[in-house]
Amino acid sequence: MSRRAAIEEAVLPPLVALLLAAVVGDLLILSFGQSPGAVFQLLLEGTWGNAYGFGQVLYKATTLVFTGLAVGLGLRAGLFNIGAESQLAAGGFCAALIGILLPAGIPALLCLPIYVLAAALGGGIVGAVPGVLKARFGAHEVIVTIMLNFIVLALLNYLTSAKIHVPDTLHTPELKSGALPRLGDAFAPFHGSAANSTILLAIVTAVALGWYLFRTRRGFELRAVGLQPHAAEYAGVNVAGVTWRALAVSGAIAGLGGLNYVLGYKHYYEEGFATGAGFLGIAVALVGRSHPVGIVLAALLFATLSQGGLAVNALVPKQMVDVLQAVVILAVSTSVPEVRRLLRGARRSNDS
Amino acid sequence: MTNAIQLEGIEKRFGPVQANRGAGLQVAHGEIHALVGENGAGKSTLMRILAGLHAPDAGSMLVNGRDVTGWATSEAIAAGVGMVHQHFMLVPTLTVAENVVLGSEITKGLVLDRGAAERAVRELGKRTGLVVPPDRLVSELSVGEAQRVEILKTLYRGAKILILDEPTAVLSPPEVRELWAVLRSLRAEGGTVVLITHKLDEVIDVSDAITVMRQGATVTRMASAGATPQSIARAMVGRDVALALDAEYAGSTISGASATAPLLDVRNLTVSGTRRGNIVDNVSFSIAPGEILGIAGVEGNGQTELIEALSGLREARGLISLAGRDLIGDTVRERGDAGLSHIPEDRHERGLVLDYSIAENLILGQQHKFTSGPTIDGARVLAHARDLIARYDIRPPDPARAARALSGGNQQKIVVAREMARDFKVLLASQPTRGVDVGAIEFIHARLREARDQGKAVLLVSADLAEVLALADRVAVMYGGRFVAVLPRAEASPDVLGPYMTGAEHAA
Repeated sequence: MSRRAAIEEAVLPPLVALLLAAVVGDLLILSFGQSPGAVFQLLLEGTWGNAYGFGQVLYKATTLVFTGLAVGLGLRAGLFNIGAESQLAAGGFCAALIGILLPAGIPALLCLPIYVLAAALGGGIVGAVPGVLKARFGAHEVIVTIMLNFIVLALLNYLTSAKIHVPDTLHTPELKSGALPRLGDAFAPFHGSAANSTILLAIVTAVALGWYLFRTRRGFELRAVGLQPHAAEYAGVNVAGVTWRALAVSGAIAGLGGLNYVLGYKHYYEEGFATGAGFLGIAVALVGRSHPVGIVLAALLFATLSQGGLAVNALVPKQMVDVLQAVVILAVSTSVPEVRRLLRGARRSNDS
Repeated sequence: MTNAIQLEGIEKRFGPVQANRGAGLQVAHGEIHALVGENGAGKSTLMRILAGLHAPDAGSMLVNGRDVTGWATSEAIAAGVGMVHQHFMLVPTLTVAENVVLGSEITKGLVLDRGAAERAVRELGKRTGLVVPPDRLVSELSVGEAQRVEILKTLYRGAKILILDEPTAVLSPPEVRELWAVLRSLRAEGGTVVLITHKLDEVIDVSDAITVMRQGATVTRMASAGATPQSIARAMVGRDVALALDAEYAGSTISGASATAPLLDVRNLTVSGTRRGNIVDNVSFSIAPGEILGIAGVEGNGQTELIEALSGLREARGLISLAGRDLIGDTVRERGDAGLSHIPEDRHERGLVLDYSIAENLILGQQHKFTSGPTIDGARVLAHARDLIARYDIRPPDPARAARALSGGNQQKIVVAREMARDFKVLLASQPTRGVDVGAIEFIHARLREARDQGKAVLLVSADLAEVLALADRVAVMYGGRFVAVLPRAEASPDVLGPYMTGAEHAA
């Protein structure tokens, strides 16, 4: 396959999916007796059209970049991590916990590495469990990550509400030091939006993951495991090792997503602070074709749709945007090779 | 009289691949007709079109004079056209009789009339010579027996025109002879057979007429009487080729090879199986520098597992010594670095990452040697690829092209180039020319001889007995996980080896 053909193959399915979603959206809007032009205009104005809306888009996209990268890394290694939802929460929880334990008055730059480590560790442990179970016993990661979502979220809720919450709330006390500045502090028009400097961390993570996957030897081996485990084994790759490490790192990246809320926005952990962002990360990774650039673009798209839903609420129900998201996901999932390969793999393991 | 099969101007395209371009086929009633051609010449596609599995883009199909262009499988079966595929489609947990009647069961009320089914199968077997105990489970059958069941299944549905796709690939010489006898008896009953094969000596032996395909088109149709392997190969490739079958056995050029210390020494190697004992059972052998040890045998007798155990892909007990270094317990990578090269039997599963580029595949297994710090040195990978592409004539010569997009022969050249270019002492070559076109076979054989002449030790496993005999200095026969015979090349011949391959004869 030539380079051009490869790029076409990567870019075309998401574009077709978007087109399809636009058509379905038009039909839905017409069925509500509204003009599609007016609704889409409103959607754009409410998101990219003003600084506050744009800030909200950036905030939502930041979390989705982390969960999208997490799922994308798993897919590159041939693993379907459905657990980003709880890994994200665990990362946020651990960061918030460290924030309570740290003494007040430490400069943010000194605290940052500690928070990053805590969030990565929180998500990483939740990710490593299915990884080790898969590498050691062959337990299917889809099942284990789904089940762990329930267990971990219930555990975190218990810890928060029974042990460390602020009375009459469902959140932990605020961080004592190291909260990150919001974009509104530096650029006045963003004032009021949740956008914050965690977005820089998201971009750094995306670049680092791209470098790791496509430039390093470990990345070469990880992708080989994802494409053809038998060939990777033949090439001297420790497939079990790659499997558990990939899921652990995937969980750690999802865990970093918790910083967006805990460190950058509210400065505490709250039950359900990013409900759905982990699952939406699956859609982001699929639409973004498990490539960091694609994932960043897809995160912006889904953040726009999600924020835009609020903007168009006056004309059409905001659930219409959920339908659009679903159409994009369905159209892309049926056309991308990653999904076809996973389905093939599932069928093969059913046969044996 | 009309022909049984008359295909004309068949065109079929799959995406960018033109599988058939104006292909034709004429087969008379009561004829055994061989369809030959290199891999990817479009033989199987043409036959799948005839069996109704694909519709042609253009062209006409006549069966018994009736226009059947673009018919469905069900219509083909109803008209008596049946295809036996290369990969068996049997239910292993059902008996022979149950498999044969599956889809057209004889019932007694709501239940299967097993007795009637077994009688029908036994009767059909007696008539055609396809004898298989009807009450045996398919999972207990040998490959040859399973193939007989496949043919029985097709005949049971009333096939008068039988299409066989590479039927001999999995059979031992005696089983091949039995199959020919069956086909001849079918012909005597008025049946028509189309045989897809690439074994040229077989073609002449059994068929009445031969059609040669090249690059999707029909090149020539000839009578089998008077045809030679050379004339068919020339039509297949479009030029003269040196065939393994008639290549003079050249012999080792290093004299007194056996006097030097062996490069590979294997003692009591055992691979445990899940049931019924060991898959590789206490195998011992050694290979001297400048020697090719060929392992012959019907597939599934432990050859795959032996090679996997040697390369580190499978756990084994015993002793593997490479130039004096014990390899047991070492990882795949450590063994490779110690001087073990490995051409795996399945290039699609193991030998290549199909979505990786040619350049990336050319460093597979040696990726740790092409690094600077944690990153892979792209410039060195590219230079390495350019060099090997030129030396091994890999086409298209584009390092960035995905391996998936290459022909089988060129894919195998990637594997061979990579494994021969690394610094090695011992080469494990497992089915090195399977599914590869005649031109590439010639090239790969030359490389294996070259490795031998450079003083390397080569272990060759091939299901193709002719290939083993053309290359090996010594021939071992593997049956039931053991070496049942090890003979110098001069004493080995198909007639001598055949009984060992079927387990009929045992020797130390």
